[in-house]
Amino acid sequence: MKARAFSYFRAATIDQALDAHARAGDDARFIAGGQSLVPALSLRLQAPRLLIDITHIDELRGVRREGGYLRIGALTRHCEMLSEPLIAEFAPLLHAAAPFVAHPAIRNRGTFGGSVALADPASEFPAMTLALDAEIEIAGPSGSRRVKADDFFLDLFETALQPGELITAVHVPLFKADQRFAFDELARRRGDYALVGCGMLATFKNDRVDDIRISFFSVGNTPTRVKGAEATLIGSSLDAERIAAAQAALEGDLAPPDSDEVPPAMRLHIARVLLGRLLGRLGEGA
Amino acid sequence: MSGFDETLLDEADETVRVRLVVNGRKVACEVSPRETLVDCLRNALELTGTHAGCEMGACGACLVQLDGRAVHSCLMYAVQADGATINTIEGLTESGVIADLQAEFHRRNALQCGFCTPGMLVNAHELLSQVAQPSREEIRDALSGNYCRCTGYEAIVDAIDAVAKARSQGGGAT
Repeated sequence: MKARAFSYFRAATIDQALDAHARAGDDARFIAGGQSLVPALSLRLQAPRLLIDITHIDELRGVRREGGYLRIGALTRHCEMLSEPLIAEFAPLLHAAAPFVAHPAIRNRGTFGGSVALADPASEFPAMTLALDAEIEIAGPSGSRRVKADDFFLDLFETALQPGELITAVHVPLFKADQRFAFDELARRRGDYALVGCGMLATFKNDRVDDIRISFFSVGNTPTRVKGAEATLIGSSLDAERIAAAQAALEGDLAPPDSDEVPPAMRLHIARVLLGRLLGRLGEGA
Repeated sequence: MSGFDETLLDEADETVRVRLVVNGRKVACEVSPRETLVDCLRNALELTGTHAGCEMGACGACLVQLDGRAVHSCLMYAVQADGATINTIEGLTESGVIADLQAEFHRRNALQCGFCTPGMLVNAHELLSQVAQPSREEIRDALSGNYCRCTGYEAIVDAIDAVAKARSQGGGAT
């Protein structure tokens, strides 16, 4: 189980990385943490001519406040999601999700930008960018742009990223005093991909939900916002009746894929249970 | 500005020189870009204490310390590690920093075939350097990426738990 032979280039700047990609005729892959890419290369699911190492590009590092956003550099490692105080304070949903991402040694290498770029539908962080209404900062041959998470995840492992583009940072609106968040997932074994997972961010006014974004993962081809369930909760104090209504709305929001291992009905059931638990926690001031 | 030389594209089969500090010793190896770090350590440097198991980051047998953090040496290419400092199970053993863990693993039969043990030790070493007194649940959580197919988890958790307690009391494990 070895990768096909490739050339390796260590880029020092974003421009160098983009240039190398273009000059390899786009038959190239950017590598950062490589925790998903290396197995994919070993299994020969991918076999690029050129691997462009972006982990030494300073511009892709660092977490800092920028206006009303927290700018999280693409190379921020999963373990830094746990250790970085700015994340805990201004993007606590990411901090809460981080311990569920794979295992400690994977978290030591894997990067936030890489996880979002791969857009694995069973991954925690891509789904959380949806719940957070984050914006993805992208650099490419035709310049840089920002794409809302809502417009980023298109289909199975398919995103708004064009060939030769790379994620440079993710911008997350700063967590505010009138907001609450909750996260949980159900997996057969800690560190395994979740059977179903969910994270949410709500803004309250007078103890009632003014706005809420709920994002599920491991429920289909992409991380998925459940807009029907969200709508039922606006204006509510998260009483049992409204929570039940939101749980019922999931049937219209989610269409889990057919799978022998986890039948759609089972996934939907787990999603309802998780939603109930998390909304209960939000109601208690989670 | 480019820094990228297109002739590189035709040199995928040629080796490149990689410089590392492994177990405190400066080394240089000739590797092909697709050679994983675990293969480089085992084949070129003959440090066979690091085990290649699943080769896809699931089993944890290949854990080494890279710049002070436990990582899967099967999930990176040796070229990516150019310039890095690596400690393998051999280096950790020689320095004595895990001697108490090793003694406790031995005393409690926390291994049978031993294939997973180097990875378990690298992982346990990192855990105890971050959390002085982990609960059994925290130990199990930290070990979630390390497979032991002789089903020795209970004794492994016992051993790590005992060392954590002994270290926090200022002595070695008994």
